[in-house]
Amino acid sequence: MNGLRATLARNGVDGVTLLLLPAALFIVALFIYPFLFGLVLSFQPKTGDWLANYARFFSDPFLYDTVGKTLKLAVPVTLLNVAFSVPVALRVRLMANPKLLTTILVIPITLGTVLVAEGMLNYFGPRGWLNRALLEIGLSDSPVHLIHNYWGVFLSLVITGFPFTFLLTLSYVTGIDPALEQAGAMLGARGWERFKLIILPLLLPGLAITFCLSFVQAFSVFPSAVLLGAPAGDTRVISVAAYTAAFEEYDYAMASAIAMIMGLVQVVIVAGTLGLQSLFYRGPAGGGKG
Amino acid sequence: MIRTQSVGGRLWVWAIWILVGFFIVNLMGLIATVVVNSFSTRWFTTWLPVGFTTKWYLSAWDEFQLPDVLLATFEVVGAVVLLSGLLGVPAAYAMARREFPGKRFVMLLFLLPMLVPPITFGIPLATVLYRADMAGSIVGVVLANLVPTVPFVILVMIPFIQQIDPRVEAAARVFGAGTLRMFIHVLVPLLTPGILAALLLVLVRTIAMFELTFLTAGPTSQTLVVALYYAVFAAGVRAGQSVDAMAVIYMITTLAWLLLALRFVNPTQIVTRAKRA
Amino acid sequence: MSSQDFRALRLEAMSRDFGSLNALKGISLEVKRGEFIALLGPSGCGKSTALNCLAGLLPLSSGSIWLDDKRIDTLGPENRGFGMVFQNYALFPHMSVRKNIGFGLKMQRRPQDEIDRRVAEAMRLVRLGPQAEKLPGQLSGGQQQRVAIARAIVVEPPLVLMDEPLSNLDAKLRLEMRAEIRRIHNSLGCATIYVTHDQDEALSLADRIVVLRDGQMRQVGTPDELYGRPAHPDVAEFMGFRNVLPTTASFDGRLSVTLGPASLWATPVGEIAPGPATLAIRPEDLSPVMNGPIQASVLTAEYRGRDFYGVAVTAEGTELYFRAEHRVNPGEALTLSAEPARVLVYPA
Repeated sequence: MNGLRATLARNGVDGVTLLLLPAALFIVALFIYPFLFGLVLSFQPKTGDWLANYARFFSDPFLYDTVGKTLKLAVPVTLLNVAFSVPVALRVRLMANPKLLTTILVIPITLGTVLVAEGMLNYFGPRGWLNRALLEIGLSDSPVHLIHNYWGVFLSLVITGFPFTFLLTLSYVTGIDPALEQAGAMLGARGWERFKLIILPLLLPGLAITFCLSFVQAFSVFPSAVLLGAPAGDTRVISVAAYTAAFEEYDYAMASAIAMIMGLVQVVIVAGTLGLQSLFYRGPAGGGKG
Repeated sequence: MIRTQSVGGRLWVWAIWILVGFFIVNLMGLIATVVVNSFSTRWFTTWLPVGFTTKWYLSAWDEFQLPDVLLATFEVVGAVVLLSGLLGVPAAYAMARREFPGKRFVMLLFLLPMLVPPITFGIPLATVLYRADMAGSIVGVVLANLVPTVPFVILVMIPFIQQIDPRVEAAARVFGAGTLRMFIHVLVPLLTPGILAALLLVLVRTIAMFELTFLTAGPTSQTLVVALYYAVFAAGVRAGQSVDAMAVIYMITTLAWLLLALRFVNPTQIVTRAKRA
Repeated sequence: MSSQDFRALRLEAMSRDFGSLNALKGISLEVKRGEFIALLGPSGCGKSTALNCLAGLLPLSSGSIWLDDKRIDTLGPENRGFGMVFQNYALFPHMSVRKNIGFGLKMQRRPQDEIDRRVAEAMRLVRLGPQAEKLPGQLSGGQQQRVAIARAIVVEPPLVLMDEPLSNLDAKLRLEMRAEIRRIHNSLGCATIYVTHDQDEALSLADRIVVLRDGQMRQVGTPDELYGRPAHPDVAEFMGFRNVLPTTASFDGRLSVTLGPASLWATPVGEIAPGPATLAIRPEDLSPVMNGPIQASVLTAEYRGRDFYGVAVTAEGTELYFRAEHRVNPGEALTLSAEPARVLVYPA
């Protein structure tokens, strides 16, 4: 017994290591096990053979269209948020005190999608301030329809997603040694060349991770798709389909199958992005040993 | 820093700031409409409401059973904060201080629940909880909410513990403190700022956590954000001002804790903890 | 390699403020082609600000910079064409050594065969071995330093700026690279401006030294002038005059100053009136002799191989740094003396 203990201790396993056991067991019980349970359950459909749930998903346009509809929302929104985050982060990096700006931007993340949806229903609605301003300025003759359609969900994903993407990008941008850009300037590189040849290659690994995290969030859009979109039409996203299966049709097996497909699409996009990115340089963003 | 001097460069900088300004103006606008509407008597085709009143707060209080909802919210949030601290801090300590085989695997185990979006794992999790007859109750809601918060506490605390010199603990042991006394008298005081910051962020996240609570809550275990969702979903049943009054109560609850949390952490840290691990 | 043709770089009343802080106050200087100038001063004296203003990384608050007849302070850093070696080298971590060195030529849109030829030439000049395809992270500190220098000089700039380039190296490598930098400078013919806080570095490298303090130029001169006759007590202290003391000057045919009850013949720097003044003596120039004028007892003594350096205290409690050729022991009573030419007196 003592011998085993000594062996374990040599490998770093002792009383202190055991402290992580409760947390690890908890995650196994409430994260890993439900996932595996869901996976198995998805192959035990209410009717039909073991693949019936998946067969139904990919043969019913009402179901398989949700993947395309969700991608049509998530991919453009994420690309827009990332593309907008980079120039803003590069400017904010130069600010002496960016805390006020970052605090304002963290507010929509904290408030969450439900409150943003309620605010948007008021603000972007036909009688909201935005439409009122557009009419007064004369940019439009009639109220612009920005809610209860694709654009309502799109805008809500920008409002909660952009701050998230931006703050992640900012943390990567500030990790790049400013002396590198100065060195580029001293060697004659203009603003755009400095960005293209120095900053962008160093930012790319971080940007890939930012894209993945932002995409995964946008792809799992749920409350705003219901509240701000057309949940029976354009914005019937995959999470709505999963929710409907589980809590309106009480078909947990089908719901699990949809959740698994949702996870699979996310994994495919994330793996693809990271695979693409690994073709480029990955290393420190600092300057040599400095 | 290099300042742009060309005309095109200056225009570009202006364009960026105008876009950021536009974003912030709209953000503030949509928050402000909620607040203004919650105090309005009637508001149709004008910039501002016809008159102002506070009566919607009273009606929201009754209509949405806010005393019950707030009680459930505090029960859930309190239990989640406490339990994620109890489970997360010791685990973070072990992760920060020990090297052992399979550590990368354990790290991945803690990272996954933070990276996988709640709606994806929430549906199988809710299914399991329904099968175990725990969904619908406060216990089920607490368990579901702990899934992302325990890893969050661990990931926040690991770097915090790593920057405490292990020799401090060694010194305490040299003076004869046992493990428990060392933990209480030496580690807890040193860790308090980090634990406080982590738990405040857990608190803010749990108040605002919609998906997991929505999937697992029953009528008696709804938190504020889920009640708000149902109110917005059933818009038209109640007066819009009443819904907005509840939204303002929700906003105040969340933002007050956020402001407190921001005294201890940087806004960027709220989103960037996960990637540092 | 030959540098671009120019005669001189002129700084006219170059100033830079940060809010209410005047980091740089009216620096005027002319640097000739081929000169090696060291900007010397303690941290916070404005030397890095001066270098960044020259580079164009910081705009001037007032004043101007001229390259012959061309005003350049209004140009951005990318249009000045200067070379710069950064303190942490700032090598592009994602580019090979070859690409790093060739970056400036690529920005000038030079043909590839010319880039290859000149990069190889620059690598030979800085004595980089066969490292062309490595990434900076795979190189030692000294090698990174050589890449940084090669990258700065390959474009044949009229002026090379160096910002404490040796501060990240260990002592032995620092001496080696110091010699290398001077050798490379000599073989180029450009002007070099070198920022440092190390007076040994400045003395051994520079043709002229500019001593900065609180954003102002205290003295400009050759290493000889600065070493032998610093113009200001501040500069003297920086140049190794460890004994800087208040004194009283008097004239009796020639200048003498008091040190407690003792009196020493001295050399004036600037206009000295009888009365309060400041004197400065190097420890090397204050030595124990038989029947010297200053009476003191030894506090501490340190053996340095050929001689001893020590601290002695006078009856009035003044501590003096001195050098002795023979062993001295704590508590021992001494009489110290210094040559009049080595006792410098400044206005109080």
